[in-house]
Amino acid sequence: MDSLTQLVLVLLAATGFGFWFKRSRGEFRRKKTLNGPKLSPAAIGCELGSRVTMVQFSSAFCSPCRATQALLEDMVKTLPDVRYSHIDAESQLELVRELDIRSTPTTLFLNRDGVEVGRAFGTPKRSQVMHALNAIH
Amino acid sequence: MINIDARGPRFSAAITTVVLAVALITSNVWVIAFQAAVFAIGALRGPQFTPYAFIFKKFIKPRLKSEPILEDVRPPRFAQGVGLAFAVTATIGAAAGITQVFTVAVAFALAAAFLNAAFNFCLGCQVYLLLVRATSK
Repeated sequence: MDSLTQLVLVLLAATGFGFWFKRSRGEFRRKKTLNGPKLSPAAIGCELGSRVTMVQFSSAFCSPCRATQALLEDMVKTLPDVRYSHIDAESQLELVRELDIRSTPTTLFLNRDGVEVGRAFGTPKRSQVMHALNAIH
Repeated sequence: MINIDARGPRFSAAITTVVLAVALITSNVWVIAFQAAVFAIGALRGPQFTPYAFIFKKFIKPRLKSEPILEDVRPPRFAQGVGLAFAVTATIGAAAGITQVFTVAVAFALAAAFLNAAFNFCLGCQVYLLLVRATSK
Protein backbone atom coordinates (compact mmCIF):
# COMPACT_ATOMS: atom_id res chain seq x y z
CA MET A 1 0.00 0.00 0.00
CA ASP A 2 1.56 3.32 -0.95
CA SER A 3 1.65 6.18 1.49
CA LEU A 4 -0.95 8.27 -0.33
CA THR A 5 -3.49 5.43 0.00
CA GLN A 6 -2.63 5.18 3.69
CA LEU A 7 -3.27 8.89 4.13
CA VAL A 8 -6.65 8.70 2.39
CA LEU A 9 -7.67 5.68 4.47
CA VAL A 10 -6.73 7.36 7.76
CA LEU A 11 -8.65 10.53 6.85
CA LEU A 12 -11.68 8.57 5.67
CA ALA A 13 -11.77 6.45 8.83
CA ALA A 14 -11.36 9.54 11.02
CA THR A 15 -14.13 11.37 9.15
CA GLY A 16 -16.53 8.45 9.56
CA PHE A 17 -15.71 8.18 13.24
CA GLY A 18 -16.02 11.96 13.63
CA PHE A 19 -19.55 12.09 12.22
CA TRP A 20 -20.67 9.13 14.32
CA PHE A 21 -19.05 10.66 17.39
CA LYS A 22 -20.60 14.06 16.89
CA ARG A 23 -24.06 12.62 16.36
CA SER A 24 -23.94 10.28 19.35
CA ARG A 25 -22.86 12.93 21.89
CA GLY A 26 -25.54 14.00 24.31
CA GLU A 27 -27.92 11.26 23.28
CA PHE A 28 -29.80 9.70 26.22
CA ARG A 29 -29.20 5.93 26.28
CA ARG A 30 -31.83 4.15 28.28
CA LYS A 31 -30.87 0.99 30.15
CA LYS A 32 -32.90 -2.07 29.21
CA THR A 33 -32.98 -3.40 32.76
CA LEU A 34 -32.59 -1.39 35.94
CA ASN A 35 -29.90 -3.64 37.35
CA GLY A 36 -27.52 -0.98 38.66
CA PRO A 37 -26.78 -0.28 42.31
CA LYS A 38 -29.02 1.94 44.41
CA LEU A 39 -26.98 5.09 44.87
CA SER A 40 -27.26 6.84 48.21
CA PRO A 41 -27.11 10.61 48.77
CA ALA A 42 -23.75 10.01 50.51
CA ALA A 43 -22.32 8.31 47.41
CA ILE A 44 -23.34 11.06 44.97
CA GLY A 45 -22.94 14.03 47.31
CA CYS A 46 -26.49 15.41 47.14
CA GLU A 47 -30.03 14.52 48.19
CA LEU A 48 -31.97 12.49 45.66
CA GLY A 49 -34.49 14.40 43.56
CA SER A 50 -38.12 13.45 44.16
CA ARG A 51 -38.34 12.32 40.52
CA VAL A 52 -34.86 12.40 38.87
CA THR A 53 -31.27 13.01 39.91
CA MET A 54 -28.66 13.82 37.28
CA VAL A 55 -25.10 12.89 38.25
CA GLN A 56 -22.34 14.29 36.05
CA PHE A 57 -18.81 12.88 36.08
CA SER A 58 -16.09 15.29 34.95
CA SER A 59 -12.32 15.45 34.70
CA ALA A 60 -9.69 18.18 34.48
CA PHE A 61 -8.74 17.46 30.86
CA CYS A 62 -12.24 17.84 29.51
CA SER A 63 -13.45 21.07 27.95
CA PRO A 64 -17.10 20.04 27.28
CA CYS A 65 -17.50 19.23 30.99
CA ARG A 66 -17.87 22.88 31.93
CA ALA A 67 -20.52 23.54 29.30
CA THR A 68 -22.44 20.48 30.46
CA GLN A 69 -22.26 21.58 34.09
CA ALA A 70 -23.48 25.08 33.21
CA LEU A 71 -26.43 23.68 31.22
CA LEU A 72 -27.56 21.14 33.82
CA GLU A 73 -27.15 23.55 36.75
CA ASP A 74 -29.26 26.05 34.89
CA MET A 75 -31.94 23.50 34.00
CA VAL A 76 -32.52 22.17 37.52
CA LYS A 77 -33.23 25.71 38.76
CA THR A 78 -36.70 25.53 37.22
CA LEU A 79 -37.32 21.82 37.93
CA PRO A 80 -38.17 21.31 41.62
CA ASP A 81 -38.36 17.51 41.36
CA VAL A 82 -34.94 17.15 39.67
CA ARG A 83 -31.57 17.36 41.42
CA TYR A 84 -28.08 17.69 40.00
CA SER A 85 -24.77 16.49 41.34
CA HIS A 86 -21.31 17.13 39.89
CA ILE A 87 -18.52 14.65 40.65
CA ASP A 88 -14.79 14.88 39.88
CA ALA A 89 -14.27 11.38 38.48
CA GLU A 90 -10.64 11.21 39.54
CA SER A 91 -11.48 11.71 43.20
CA GLN A 92 -14.17 9.00 43.19
CA LEU A 93 -12.44 6.16 41.38
CA GLU A 94 -14.21 3.43 43.31
CA LEU A 95 -17.60 4.79 42.24
CA VAL A 96 -16.28 5.35 38.70
CA ARG A 97 -15.28 1.69 38.47
CA GLU A 98 -18.50 0.44 40.02
CA LEU A 99 -20.57 2.41 37.50
CA ASP A 100 -18.09 1.80 34.67
CA ILE A 101 -17.61 5.46 33.73
CA ARG A 102 -15.10 5.60 30.86
CA SER A 103 -15.25 9.07 29.40
CA THR A 104 -16.14 12.56 30.57
CA PRO A 105 -18.57 14.16 30.73
CA THR A 106 -20.88 11.23 31.46
CA THR A 107 -24.24 12.10 32.99
CA LEU A 108 -26.27 9.44 34.79
CA PHE A 109 -30.02 9.80 35.19
CA LEU A 110 -31.23 8.22 38.43
CA ASN A 111 -34.86 7.55 39.30
CA ARG A 112 -36.39 8.48 42.67
CA ASP A 113 -34.86 5.35 44.25
CA GLY A 114 -31.36 6.32 43.14
CA VAL A 115 -31.12 3.60 40.48
CA GLU A 116 -29.68 4.47 37.06
CA VAL A 117 -32.27 4.64 34.29
CA GLY A 118 -29.82 5.66 31.57
CA ARG A 119 -26.87 7.87 30.75
CA ALA A 120 -25.59 10.38 28.21
CA PHE A 121 -22.02 10.91 26.98
CA GLY A 122 -20.70 14.33 26.05
CA THR A 123 -22.57 17.63 26.21
CA PRO A 124 -26.30 17.14 25.59
CA LYS A 125 -28.58 19.75 24.09
CA ARG A 126 -31.20 21.29 26.33
CA SER A 127 -33.92 19.48 24.35
CA GLN A 128 -32.17 16.12 24.77
CA VAL A 129 -32.02 16.56 28.54
CA MET A 130 -35.67 17.66 28.64
CA HIS A 131 -36.67 14.63 26.60
CA ALA A 132 -34.74 12.28 28.89
CA LEU A 133 -36.20 13.85 32.03
CA ASN A 134 -39.74 13.68 30.69
CA ALA A 135 -39.39 9.94 30.12
CA ILE A 136 -38.58 9.26 33.78
CA HIS A 137 -41.43 9.06 36.27
CA MET B 1 -6.67 27.94 36.21
CA ILE B 2 -5.32 29.42 32.97
CA ASN B 3 -7.73 30.14 30.14
CA ILE B 4 -6.68 30.50 26.51
CA ASP B 5 -8.53 31.29 23.29
CA ALA B 6 -9.93 27.90 22.20
CA ARG B 7 -9.61 28.87 18.53
CA GLY B 8 -5.80 28.73 18.93
CA PRO B 9 -5.51 24.98 19.65
CA ARG B 10 -8.06 24.30 16.91
CA PHE B 11 -5.96 26.21 14.37
CA SER B 12 -2.81 24.49 15.65
CA ALA B 13 -4.53 21.11 15.18
CA ALA B 14 -5.16 22.00 11.53
CA ILE B 15 -1.46 22.77 10.93
CA THR B 16 -0.51 19.63 12.87
CA THR B 17 -2.78 17.61 10.56
CA VAL B 18 -0.97 18.95 7.49
CA VAL B 19 2.49 18.35 8.98
CA LEU B 20 1.59 14.79 10.00
CA ALA B 21 0.09 14.13 6.55
CA VAL B 22 3.40 15.26 5.00
CA ALA B 23 5.26 13.00 7.46
CA LEU B 24 3.10 10.01 6.47
CA ILE B 25 3.47 10.60 2.72
CA THR B 26 7.20 11.33 2.68
CA SER B 27 8.18 8.96 5.53
CA ASN B 28 10.71 11.65 6.38
CA VAL B 29 12.03 11.24 9.92
CA TRP B 30 12.86 14.95 10.21
CA VAL B 31 9.27 15.99 9.65
CA ILE B 32 8.00 13.79 12.49
CA ALA B 33 10.94 14.82 14.69
CA PHE B 34 9.98 18.48 14.13
CA GLN B 35 6.35 17.75 15.05
CA ALA B 36 7.55 15.86 18.14
CA ALA B 37 9.45 18.99 19.19
CA VAL B 38 6.31 21.12 18.71
CA PHE B 39 4.26 18.63 20.76
CA ALA B 40 6.96 18.72 23.46
CA ILE B 41 6.64 22.51 23.78
CA GLY B 42 2.84 22.19 23.86
CA ALA B 43 2.90 19.50 26.54
CA LEU B 44 5.68 20.91 28.73
CA ARG B 45 5.18 24.68 28.45
CA GLY B 46 1.63 24.84 27.14
CA PRO B 47 -0.11 24.84 23.75
CA GLN B 48 -0.10 28.66 23.71
CA PHE B 49 3.71 28.68 23.34
CA THR B 50 4.17 26.53 20.23
CA PRO B 51 5.23 28.02 16.86
CA TYR B 52 1.73 27.24 15.54
CA ALA B 53 0.18 29.26 18.38
CA PHE B 54 2.56 32.10 17.47
CA ILE B 55 1.30 32.04 13.87
CA PHE B 56 -2.26 32.06 15.18
CA LYS B 57 -1.69 35.03 17.46
CA LYS B 58 0.34 37.03 14.94
CA PHE B 59 -1.54 36.43 11.69
CA ILE B 60 -4.86 34.65 12.23
CA LYS B 61 -6.37 36.06 15.40
CA PRO B 62 -6.29 39.74 14.28
CA ARG B 63 -8.29 38.75 11.18
CA LEU B 64 -10.97 36.73 13.00
CA LYS B 65 -14.27 38.46 13.52
CA SER B 66 -15.79 35.98 15.98
CA GLU B 67 -15.47 36.55 19.71
CA PRO B 68 -12.68 34.66 21.49
CA ILE B 69 -13.91 31.49 23.21
CA LEU B 70 -12.04 31.14 26.47
CA GLU B 71 -11.20 27.62 27.51
CA ASP B 72 -9.20 25.85 30.20
CA VAL B 73 -5.65 25.22 28.93
CA ARG B 74 -5.43 21.72 30.46
CA PRO B 75 -7.47 19.74 27.89
CA PRO B 76 -5.43 20.89 24.84
CA ARG B 77 -2.23 20.52 26.83
CA PHE B 78 -3.12 16.92 27.63
CA ALA B 79 -3.78 16.28 23.93
CA GLN B 80 -0.32 17.67 23.11
CA GLY B 81 1.14 15.13 25.55
CA VAL B 82 -0.67 12.26 23.82
CA GLY B 83 0.55 13.61 20.45
CA LEU B 84 4.10 13.72 21.84
CA ALA B 85 3.93 10.06 22.86
CA PHE B 86 2.87 9.03 19.33
CA ALA B 87 5.39 11.32 17.61
CA VAL B 88 8.28 10.06 19.77
CA THR B 89 7.24 6.45 19.07
CA ALA B 90 7.14 7.22 15.33
CA THR B 91 10.53 8.95 15.43
CA ILE B 92 12.15 6.02 17.23
CA GLY B 93 10.47 3.59 14.80
CA ALA B 94 11.79 5.51 11.80
CA ALA B 95 15.28 5.88 13.27
CA ALA B 96 15.38 2.13 14.01
CA GLY B 97 14.16 1.36 10.51
CA ILE B 98 10.88 -0.25 11.63
CA THR B 99 8.49 1.25 9.10
CA GLN B 100 5.32 -0.31 10.54
CA VAL B 101 5.84 1.37 13.92
CA PHE B 102 6.38 4.70 12.19
CA THR B 103 3.30 4.34 9.99
CA VAL B 104 0.90 3.22 12.74
CA ALA B 105 2.07 5.87 15.23
CA VAL B 106 1.86 8.68 12.66
CA ALA B 107 -1.55 7.42 11.52
CA PHE B 108 -2.96 7.59 15.08
CA ALA B 109 -1.51 11.04 15.73
CA LEU B 110 -2.84 12.23 12.36
CA ALA B 111 -6.33 10.85 13.05
CA ALA B 112 -6.41 12.54 16.46
CA ALA B 113 -5.18 15.90 15.11
CA PHE B 114 -7.65 15.76 12.22
CA LEU B 115 -10.57 14.91 14.56
CA ASN B 116 -9.55 17.81 16.78
CA ALA B 117 -9.37 20.25 13.87
CA ALA B 118 -12.49 19.10 12.00
CA PHE B 119 -14.81 17.94 14.80
CA ASN B 120 -13.45 19.69 17.91
CA PHE B 121 -12.76 16.22 19.29
CA CYS B 122 -11.62 16.25 22.93
CA LEU B 123 -8.97 13.59 23.41
CA GLY B 124 -8.65 14.10 27.17
CA CYS B 125 -12.37 13.40 27.58
CA GLN B 126 -12.06 9.97 26.02
CA VAL B 127 -8.62 8.89 27.18
CA TYR B 128 -7.75 10.46 30.51
CA LEU B 129 -10.16 8.61 32.79
CA LEU B 130 -9.26 5.28 31.18
CA LEU B 131 -5.56 6.04 31.82
CA VAL B 132 -6.27 6.87 35.46
CA ARG B 133 -8.37 3.73 35.86
CA ALA B 134 -5.64 1.59 34.32
CA THR B 135 -2.77 3.05 36.32
CA SER B 136 -4.21 3.47 39.81
CA LYS B 137 -5.45 0.87 42.24
